[in-house]
Amino acid sequence: MIDFPILSLLTFLPLIGVAFILLIRGEKQRVEQNARRVALYTTMFNFILSVYLLINFDGSSAEFQFTEKVEWFPALGLNYSMGVDGISLFFVILSTFLTPICLLASWTSIKTRVKEYMIAFLILETFMIGTFCALDTVLFYIFFESVLIPMFIIIGVWGGGRCVYASYKFFLYTLLGSVLMLLGIIWLGITIGTDIPTIIADNSIPFNVQIWLWLAFFASFAVKMPMWPVHTWLPDAHVQAPTAGSVILAGVLLKMGGYGFLRFSLPMFPEASEYFAPMIMWMSVIAIIYTSLVALVQEDMKKLIAYSSVAHMGFVTLGLFTMTTQGVEGGIFQMLSHGIISAALFLCVGVVYNRLHTREISRYGGLVKNMPKYATVFMLLMLGSVGLPGTSGFVGEFLALMGAFQVNTTIAVFATTGVVLGAAYMLVLYRRVIFGAQKNEDAAAMSDLTKLEYSYLVPLALIVLWLGIAPSYVMDKVSPSVQKLIGQYEAGLKKSPTSLDIALRENE
Amino acid sequence: MEILAVFAPLVGFLLAFLFGKKMGDKGAQLVTCSGIIIAAILSCVLFVQVICGGESGHGDPRTITLMTWFTSGTLAVDWALRVDQLAVIMMCVVTIVSSCVHIYSVGYMSHDAHKARFMAYLSLFSFAMLMLVTSDNLVQLFFGWEGVGVASYLLIGFWNHKESANAASIKAFLVNRVGDFGLALGIFAAFFLFGTVQFDALFALAPEAAKANMTFFGYELHALTVVCLLLFMGAMGKSAQLGLHTWLPDAMEGPTPVSALIHAATMVTAGVFLVARMSPMFEYAPDALMVVTVVGGVTAFVAATIGMTQFDIKRVIAYSTMSQLGYMFFALGVSAYGAAIFHLMTHAFFKALLFLGAGSVIHALSDEQDMRKMGGIWKKIPTTYTLMWIGSLALAGVPFFAGYYSKDMILESAFADHSWFGNFAFWMGIAAALMTAFYSARLLFMTFHGKPRASKKVMDHIHESPPVMLVPLMILAFGAIFAGYLGYESFVGHHQVWGESIKVLPANDTVTAAHHVPLWVKKLPIVMGVLGLFLGWVFYSKFTNLPAIASKIFKPLHALFFNKWFFDGLYNKIFILPALWFGKMFFATDKNVVDSLGPDGVAKSSYGLGGMLSRFQSGYVFQYAFVMMLGLIGLISWFYFKTDLGLDVEGAE
Repeated sequence: MIDFPILSLLTFLPLIGVAFILLIRGEKQRVEQNARRVALYTTMFNFILSVYLLINFDGSSAEFQFTEKVEWFPALGLNYSMGVDGISLFFVILSTFLTPICLLASWTSIKTRVKEYMIAFLILETFMIGTFCALDTVLFYIFFESVLIPMFIIIGVWGGGRCVYASYKFFLYTLLGSVLMLLGIIWLGITIGTDIPTIIADNSIPFNVQIWLWLAFFASFAVKMPMWPVHTWLPDAHVQAPTAGSVILAGVLLKMGGYGFLRFSLPMFPEASEYFAPMIMWMSVIAIIYTSLVALVQEDMKKLIAYSSVAHMGFVTLGLFTMTTQGVEGGIFQMLSHGIISAALFLCVGVVYNRLHTREISRYGGLVKNMPKYATVFMLLMLGSVGLPGTSGFVGEFLALMGAFQVNTTIAVFATTGVVLGAAYMLVLYRRVIFGAQKNEDAAAMSDLTKLEYSYLVPLALIVLWLGIAPSYVMDKVSPSVQKLIGQYEAGLKKSPTSLDIALRENE
Repeated sequence: MEILAVFAPLVGFLLAFLFGKKMGDKGAQLVTCSGIIIAAILSCVLFVQVICGGESGHGDPRTITLMTWFTSGTLAVDWALRVDQLAVIMMCVVTIVSSCVHIYSVGYMSHDAHKARFMAYLSLFSFAMLMLVTSDNLVQLFFGWEGVGVASYLLIGFWNHKESANAASIKAFLVNRVGDFGLALGIFAAFFLFGTVQFDALFALAPEAAKANMTFFGYELHALTVVCLLLFMGAMGKSAQLGLHTWLPDAMEGPTPVSALIHAATMVTAGVFLVARMSPMFEYAPDALMVVTVVGGVTAFVAATIGMTQFDIKRVIAYSTMSQLGYMFFALGVSAYGAAIFHLMTHAFFKALLFLGAGSVIHALSDEQDMRKMGGIWKKIPTTYTLMWIGSLALAGVPFFAGYYSKDMILESAFADHSWFGNFAFWMGIAAALMTAFYSARLLFMTFHGKPRASKKVMDHIHESPPVMLVPLMILAFGAIFAGYLGYESFVGHHQVWGESIKVLPANDTVTAAHHVPLWVKKLPIVMGVLGLFLGWVFYSKFTNLPAIASKIFKPLHALFFNKWFFDGLYNKIFILPALWFGKMFFATDKNVVDSLGPDGVAKSSYGLGGMLSRFQSGYVFQYAFVMMLGLIGLISWFYFKTDLGLDVEGAE
């Protein structure tokens, strides 16, 4: 075991990097270069630290590990409480892994306010890791909502032309959700407490209250996910965000909604989850079909991938709310896989965007001739997104659908059409960008991947393959926690078989 | 050895793909060819061991588990190689044909700029196909299944500067995905019913489930029928059965060696393999078998009608492939699994021969594929000409060629089934046999005989193909002549080698019954074959104005056949256009409905968007932070209030 507070270190190390960056003095160019370096080294070190965490993680245990608990606001019973289990562990790793990649991807493309950019990313990392480690509802709330602040800034300051509109839309959506979630947290804090494991273990919330609490949390998580029909902020946010912003948005931020469902909605309000599960599953099915069809007619590369993200998140919510082992594990794996694949796809868009400064699909074509390496990497990622067996995209999708089939065959049939539609839009995108005649001279003159681009795309591509061929390394560590989650869920349903009746009686 | 046999092509692929530039074209050709030839030799060794080995000499099937793929709850999926009789026969067919195609490609693609990539893809395909046939569970089978699909996609679109090739490759992938949609659901259903996806476990449980029902899509249905039909949907996609066949003719956009290997000999037969592999389940789902029979029979017939009217030499052979796959399926449907695999093997030889022969013709005629621009070239390329005759005679089912044995067996089995659908398939097959012979003759006479219709420049360039292309053809020709005779006893005769790998209920044993059908049933296919060839000669060599007259007399019929029964146009109208329309509509909905009710509407009603936006940049983040802080303050004060007054928590509730 590790005898130092590794989770706090992981969470706050980026802030030390921020302090260093603030201390840098000198001429502008020098400052920028040093800011880049400091940020990169900090995040790299953080990643290594997280690998150390992974190595020391006991994969056979379902309990929270590396827990830290410090009295924080004793008068209010608030604690600074951190810990990871199999479910949150890999989200932490995903965050620490993607952040340095984002910085590499911004190495040359960000030219204005470099120092501030690096600071924003480091702060963002702190909040992301904090979200996944927090074991106290208030602490979670602070991290969960704070994430958006650096994200707004990244989109607003370094984004595209209509970035103001985009971040405003993003803001309006998330605002409502977060207010409602806060009310939920207050209620929980008063009746039970703020310690997440305690709330989960406590089964005393009556059904009618569960319904309201579930809805309050749902408002926040559904927007983050995003689920249909509250997804419309995502395409705009992606289109306007700088490449690295999109990477973090798709790679980590979208996973916070799913993580919220796993940590709050399902274990804390099992009866309400059971009650709402059919609705969620149908919404997921609609999301899969609806957004896939929308993706099919997009002319903007980033919008297309953004819509595909909504469809992929549809598989996640579908899987999670089946509450079968396959469904939940599939949902979690799909989130991790999507975190890698969509991040890499946005990086791929960034590669050509940096050269031609347009995301319009029709401005490209025939890139395979002048950018064969790019074409190969893109091909692999495209196949991963399509869910080809042997890539990470397959395992999650397959398991989630398998879980759905056990609960409701009709839903499974409709959701499985997503594998056809998903292939359609990705293949069409690939064909229009990479294959065909070279009709645009400037696109035909673009150079192939640079060493820098190579350095971050190839690891991502290899992980997509690795997780596709040997996913058990991850799955085996996730599994005990999922079993525990399902156990708690079922206990919650069985423990108070009459609470539904009571609730109904009370309502009468 | 089993591992090497399967993974040698993968090594070839990786080397040629990653280091193709460094090792040069020669190097890439060397590594890929050696990879597949090693696999072929090892497969033959395994063939002997598995078929004739074992203590009793009746076979020594084996399964090698490589590693865990993934586990989730009770679902456990391994990477494993299951080398039993059925698998080893498939391995031999795949690796031998693939070796021939690899070598042939060295010559055929000699003018192409991307030889290394081409060879690499061929090896990738072979690897995926080997993983498919040696899979030990449904999920690994799905891996191979989709893997061959991707290889096919890459190879159809190999000339990726051609728009038509790109369109064809996407079409192939998507139509196959529609089939895979069924296959995936079939796997889910199998797991739902049996709690496993491993073959042995599934097959052991299948008999008990024979009476079980399940609710599927809101209907209470016979469970095994549901599973089998869903799996069969996958088979229909991959094997281009009617309804999901539209990709196969278009797939001819790919280089000809690809058509020979993937779209004739191996990949398209994966569906046949799947049903044969799942025979212990299909046997308990008679309704599913009936559907398989009918679909197979109709496909055999329809494809043959289209084949008679096409002018592109490769498309004629493509429709012929589809038709022959129809034969294999109705053989499966009447439980004559052995006969189906037998035809699969003989077909692999003669169809690969025909395709590669056609490639040799195309090569000689400077890439001309239209038979209307050929003719009168048989003297200039005699070897190719002879080989094409061998392939066509085998296809037409002329006695003592390979196709004769297997096709007869299938028709006799269908007859021996004595069910209405068996009879239906039998007569469909008889009609298709006549047409098969007819279009084979048509192809030969139009291509090689008559007056030369190519331009003088092309005619001057005509040359026989180099030995590197002709030798593989001769190997295949050997198979096309002798495979039927040599395989008859062990596939469908009295000394069958299947062991446990195929299951036939005693009541369904049509292969045995087929040996006792009336004489006219045995002779009818031969008569049809010879008659068809004769008619072809009359129409396309003797009285060459007859086809024009015939197509005038049967104008509507000819239009139907020539336009491929209008499937493409129909699908375009039913599926593709609506999908795009819905996509556009939903996109507009996102903008006009969701947003105007949501964020935009809120903004308009409160401040007016413009004012709001202009103030945004400076203010919003801080407003957000402010709201959050406000919330927190509220939260903290609430707590404080609570603790200060010492309110009873439970009481407050």
